[in-house]
Amino acid sequence: MTQQFDNLTELHQALVNKDLSATELTQQTLTNIHDHEDALNAYVTVNDDEALAQAKQADESGIDADNVFSGVPVAYKDNLTTKGLLTTAASKILYNFKPVYDADVVTRLRAAGAVTIGKTNLDEFAMGGSTETSYFGTVHNPWDTTKVPGGSSGGSAATVAAGDVLAALGSDTGGSIRQPAAFNGIVGLKPTYGRVSRWGLIAFASSLDQIGPMTQNVTDAAAMMNVIAGRDERDATSSSKEVPDYVAGLSGDIKGLKIGVPKEFLGDGIDEGVRDQIKTAIKKLEALGATVDEVSLPHSTHGIQAYYILGPSEASSNLQRFDGIRYGYRTPNAKNLEELYVKTRSEGFGDEVKRRIMLGTFALSAGSFDAFFMKAAKIRTLIIEDFKKVFADYDVIVGPTAPTPAFGIGAETKDPMTMYMNDMLTVPANLAGLPAVSVPAGLVDGLPVGLQVIGRPFDESRVLNTAFAFEQNTTFHELKPSMSKGGRA
Amino acid sequence: MNFQTTIGLEVHVELKTNSKIFSPSPVEFGDNPNANTNVIDWGYPGVLPTPNKGVVEYGMRAALALHAKINQHTHFDRKNYFYPDNPKAYQISQSDVPLAQNGWIEIDVDGKKKKIGIEEMHIEEDAGKNTHNPNGYSYVDLNRQGTPLIEIVSKPDIASPDEAYAYLETLRQRIQFTGVSDVKMEEGSMRVDVNISIRPYGTDKFGTKTELKNLNSFNYVKKGLQFEEQRQQRVLLSGGQIQQETRRYDEASNETILMRVKEGADDYRYFPEPDIPNVEIADDWIKQIEETMPEMPERRRQRYVDDLGLTDYDAMVLTQTKEMSDFFEAAVAQGADAKLTSNYLQGDVNAYLNDNHLDLQDTKLTPDHLAGMIKLQMDGTISSKMAKKVFKAIMDGEEPNDYVKAHNLVQLSDPAQLQPIIDGVLDANAQSIEDFKNGKDRAVGFLVGQIMKQTHGQANPKIVNKLLMTSLNAR
Repeated sequence: MTQQFDNLTELHQALVNKDLSATELTQQTLTNIHDHEDALNAYVTVNDDEALAQAKQADESGIDADNVFSGVPVAYKDNLTTKGLLTTAASKILYNFKPVYDADVVTRLRAAGAVTIGKTNLDEFAMGGSTETSYFGTVHNPWDTTKVPGGSSGGSAATVAAGDVLAALGSDTGGSIRQPAAFNGIVGLKPTYGRVSRWGLIAFASSLDQIGPMTQNVTDAAAMMNVIAGRDERDATSSSKEVPDYVAGLSGDIKGLKIGVPKEFLGDGIDEGVRDQIKTAIKKLEALGATVDEVSLPHSTHGIQAYYILGPSEASSNLQRFDGIRYGYRTPNAKNLEELYVKTRSEGFGDEVKRRIMLGTFALSAGSFDAFFMKAAKIRTLIIEDFKKVFADYDVIVGPTAPTPAFGIGAETKDPMTMYMNDMLTVPANLAGLPAVSVPAGLVDGLPVGLQVIGRPFDESRVLNTAFAFEQNTTFHELKPSMSKGGRA
Repeated sequence: MNFQTTIGLEVHVELKTNSKIFSPSPVEFGDNPNANTNVIDWGYPGVLPTPNKGVVEYGMRAALALHAKINQHTHFDRKNYFYPDNPKAYQISQSDVPLAQNGWIEIDVDGKKKKIGIEEMHIEEDAGKNTHNPNGYSYVDLNRQGTPLIEIVSKPDIASPDEAYAYLETLRQRIQFTGVSDVKMEEGSMRVDVNISIRPYGTDKFGTKTELKNLNSFNYVKKGLQFEEQRQQRVLLSGGQIQQETRRYDEASNETILMRVKEGADDYRYFPEPDIPNVEIADDWIKQIEETMPEMPERRRQRYVDDLGLTDYDAMVLTQTKEMSDFFEAAVAQGADAKLTSNYLQGDVNAYLNDNHLDLQDTKLTPDHLAGMIKLQMDGTISSKMAKKVFKAIMDGEEPNDYVKAHNLVQLSDPAQLQPIIDGVLDANAQSIEDFKNGKDRAVGFLVGQIMKQTHGQANPKIVNKLLMTSLNAR
């Protein structure tokens, strides 16, 4: 099959018209995934048999003409639980874990007819920005396989960029959807905290985690949001706010839109090529009728410090349940309970996860709680206030998604601090719980760069529409890695 | 040297909500291990706590019963520690802002009243249970995991084991009256952690405290504290020092035995629970609960003494549980004599409950039936002897009037019917009349017995006595 589909709408039309069957589509998707796996390692589990069965069922019951996901393969980051299907969070400690329930987002997409094509690779427990900390090996960037795909949702980003699937889900705690989206030249949205249920997301940092779409274009991200957003009684932090039709909200008109560009987002530490590319992008938005001013988020520069206290603190608690008693890896070498805990966790967790557990445990300890956890919580409040002030006058905030394009595999893992600084542009939106999207904004040295658009709480529609206006008036989203040419079903 | 004692009590009370505090699993006991659990109770990857609003409401009821101030902006915290019965390796509890603070209850020790302060009351989840099998395996049952608890921490106002006992008894009663818990030590729905320290009279600084475990009844709490108070005095008087340690109360020897010495404080790394939004309690909600609070036991006791003429002791016993007290009031409202009703409840009914290990609400007895029986006794329809039979019947759920009719238990009180029988007995027992005339009172008893025999026990003994004496004197 050589036919290509650039977006869900086209693909859906072809399925409805029976130009191809869901089974043919799934078969082709599986073939492409397997063809790319040696180069990318984007998946922990490819769901061959079950995906084909689901596709066959979609064909038998008929493609739902009102449902753009009917019979369409979707990939899930492997920290989202899938009933009966291996879910590892890319950790040895869950190497054999088959959940008994689906994450809420998986339930919703299944109900919409989506075919579960597989579980994508990630940094272990989503801790990392390069998908190099996975127990199941490093993921490679389809644009240049010597480069990282970003992370932690590197597998989802790579498989979408490679053209295997049109839509995947990621999770974003400090930039884990947006940064890999930027590195792979695709669209990635981190919704407002509480917009999408976290039920079934293996927690990293509960107050920061949010699940979101990773797609080849803005319209498809909006379509995915239409399915996954909404209140879930099982997630007490999920919002009851009405969910708008995000696709209908894409007018492409941004005349009069007030854009703030934080000076801190284009300052030191931003790669020059990236800065130029983003400045060009901002000019484009201005040309489309938006007004642009420089603004300031003075405390955002401390976001990284706050994030690397609060995130690990919550993680140190969230990851305590992996104790070898009820599920997952259990050490064969324990003689008593104490050893069971210590050895299971020492043998089951990787270095980056251990580093963060130690950081968090320290920050929460009686002697350091006030100096670390409480101080970080205060910085978080100041950052929220910064955003509130800017959003009193501006509709969206725009800047780069990441300070550099994709870096080389192994280049930053040796130095955790450099790696952590990579998150400085994405972390503020997590700390403030705001919606933020990364949309392709061209190439630097042949590698993609992402434009980040941050909005007010629950203002995903405006954020997506800004990205949509940019996308529709540029050709960056049409750039594909050579790997994907002719490959995508 | 004289010492003063300071006792601290931490009381855990299970709330009897239908479902658990953070999961929809039922709160039920005695089922197969892990029958009442789901993914949340297992601490599965990806699960989140779903807070049960009813728990906050029950907690508020308990707080109001303890005169505590409800914190209207409160939140949950995580208490982190590893243990197999603690599947998330953290307990969702409350730390810096408990649901309620600064309460008090009034105790009464030998007629001396004293207010005991309540430092705080918070809500939290219970852990599961580990059992260690002789086969070498340990088993974890998570049925109890997530059962809602309130923890009530006393201020250092309790100065003796007797006060500790009275505090527990009063606390149990007040919570029991709110209906939020069964508060039964023997079933684990009330658990007590105890600490005690002593210091020389007049000094400000508290002594080093020891913790006591394995106190499975109020009585053992008292005995354990009594032993520990004496032990600490002996140690100090002999020049020793009290160590911060945990000691186990041994029921058989009635002493406390060292379990472990505490080295430093535990660090539970408390921090705000990010999975649950802050709990905001509006004035209206508190008001609504205040308006539906039941009358507390001391108010009832006062009424029983003032309006119904009961003794303090009777009033105290009747208000041990709300069920007993409600039952009593319903029976009296039906027209039963208060004293008689009180006697029955404390006597025959209580004996029945003890023999059958039942609570009043689990029997077939109704206030209507008890009142019905008492009224039959009051108007002389049945004798107290007949009442014994009727009592058995009403405990089996029978209606007393119907039962009395069906079994022809109506007392024979009509002199016109009794006189011929008495005359007949006297005619047949000339010797007894002779004996009576000679001053042998025993003869009267014999004659009454004969009359009762002839009437199959249904003659009203009072009337029989009166008629018999008149007839004897006339002969």
